[in-house]
Amino acid sequence: MTSTGSRRTFFARLWSDRWIYAFLLPTTLLMGGFTIYPVAASIWFSLLDWNGFERAGEFIGFANYGELMRDPLFWNAFKNTMLFMVLAVPLRVGIALLLAIALNRVFPLVRVFRTAIFLPVVTTAAIIGVVMRYVLDPASGPLNLALLASGLTDRPTNFLGQAGLALYSAVGVWVWKWLGITLIYWLAALQTIPRDALEAAHIDGANAWDRFRYITLPLLTPFTIIITLITVIDATNVFDLMLTLTNGGPFYATEVIDIFVYRQAFAASVPRLGYASAAAIFFGACFIALAVVQLLVISRLRQERAAQ
Amino acid sequence: MKRSRAPVDRLWRLLGFVSLAAFCLVWIYPFLWLVSASLKTPMEIFSKGLNLLPDSPVWENYSRAWVTAGFQGYMINTLIVTIGTTVMVILHTALTGYVLGRYQFIGRGLVIAVLAVTFVVPAGLTIIPIVDLAAALGLMNGPWGIILALAGSGHAAAILLYAGYFRGLPKELEEAAIVDGAGFLRIFFGIMLPLAGPVTATVGVLTFLGAWNAFLVPLVFTFSAPELRTLPVGMLAFVGTNETDWSGMAAAATIALVPVIAFFFFVQRYFVEGISGAVKA
Repeated sequence: MTSTGSRRTFFARLWSDRWIYAFLLPTTLLMGGFTIYPVAASIWFSLLDWNGFERAGEFIGFANYGELMRDPLFWNAFKNTMLFMVLAVPLRVGIALLLAIALNRVFPLVRVFRTAIFLPVVTTAAIIGVVMRYVLDPASGPLNLALLASGLTDRPTNFLGQAGLALYSAVGVWVWKWLGITLIYWLAALQTIPRDALEAAHIDGANAWDRFRYITLPLLTPFTIIITLITVIDATNVFDLMLTLTNGGPFYATEVIDIFVYRQAFAASVPRLGYASAAAIFFGACFIALAVVQLLVISRLRQERAAQ
Repeated sequence: MKRSRAPVDRLWRLLGFVSLAAFCLVWIYPFLWLVSASLKTPMEIFSKGLNLLPDSPVWENYSRAWVTAGFQGYMINTLIVTIGTTVMVILHTALTGYVLGRYQFIGRGLVIAVLAVTFVVPAGLTIIPIVDLAAALGLMNGPWGIILALAGSGHAAAILLYAGYFRGLPKELEEAAIVDGAGFLRIFFGIMLPLAGPVTATVGVLTFLGAWNAFLVPLVFTFSAPELRTLPVGMLAFVGTNETDWSGMAAAATIALVPVIAFFFFVQRYFVEGISGAVKA
């Protein structure tokens, strides 16, 4: 009796809310098809031996993962992704903080300066990658011409063609390209620091470094963590720039995970969709672990800030 | 004491200002070089070294990129993809944000949980099923596949932005409209969506830039359809076959970057607000 009654109210509620579900339909279809389904399908694909020419692949269990663990090129890509992150994140976060401190005052042209630093952010990463191939060209690129003219070097540097140097060059381009976003984050963070505290310290005779070290920096700590974590996640997403700048070369020296997946799936003579999916899933799991840690840390910080 | 410090102070300030200005100039130098190279003859690029000024601007580089290299078509494709994606994203995220922000319904918690999960799905690693699905749906032969794929991935943040905004609007708005006999659709399109103008601006601007700059999806969707290439994909194809044409490359890149930079200057405010919200929240 009660169960049929509650069932009727259940369906009655669904029916009376029909407009709500109609409103959810476009997002459900779009994100269902192009965000949720691809995750589930990738997991399934990763268990297949599939070249993409046939309609469906052959189920091979975890063989792709086993091969992945033994593939030196996969670990090379994993290492490159990690190395890129370890190099690029502190540079981007640190330089942006220095610039934010310099630009967090009112003086002539300050808005122009901020816009100039921000400009590369809005440009297309894939086009920047192509253009930088020319800017960094050893023979006629402007950077080498400037270095030679200034006398800093006496021989042109092959920034992208030398295996030992290419990843560092890519880090440099990436930091330049995206630093403006981090600058905006820092400027927003610096706005929260009370001016009174800094002025009081100034009157008490604290110099600029002490004021930064003992007032600004401690107050920035929660922002430092959030900004660093956002930048870490950003640093795993370098496909556009890397493919157009180096295409993973020379000799796989800049092949990050995204490029490895792309090469296996789309740029090989015989595509290996299952193998590429396994690499994507494996790295995706690591990435999600990273993101979950990020979310946990951020919610902890919010609670602490709310408790204060 | 104070008097003796002031001039030194001012000198330091001036020094700081000059070094900042120099830094910013170096920062945007690649763009200056690009525009300069796009107006030089190929010979000039190599012979004039660091001198940015061409003898006389060579506009022919632009017509070569625009017509011969096909950037006219790439531009049209990019505009179609960008505008289509932006309209679709605004529509579907506003609809979902509206019901999440203002209504309690069965399954609401599930929707929010799924959205939270999509935050951590790395973009780019799911491209294989996306292509597979688009091919199965017959979407590989027009811009629609690219638009749907771009509109369907990674817009949870926009939904939450709308949900938060709609939640804050007073309840009396609907009640008055219902008394006037307005239905669910009329309330949304006639009252709610127009009120959410600031959110629409932020979401629209961020989506526009994201779609204009999108690379992986247009790249893999146009492998067998070069006539659908967008600007960044066309750029890669162009330097693949004309590697030594520096001035053509520079003109093509300038064509591809000028619209997005101009757009940014017009909407700078919304853009900066949109991204600084990420840390302020």
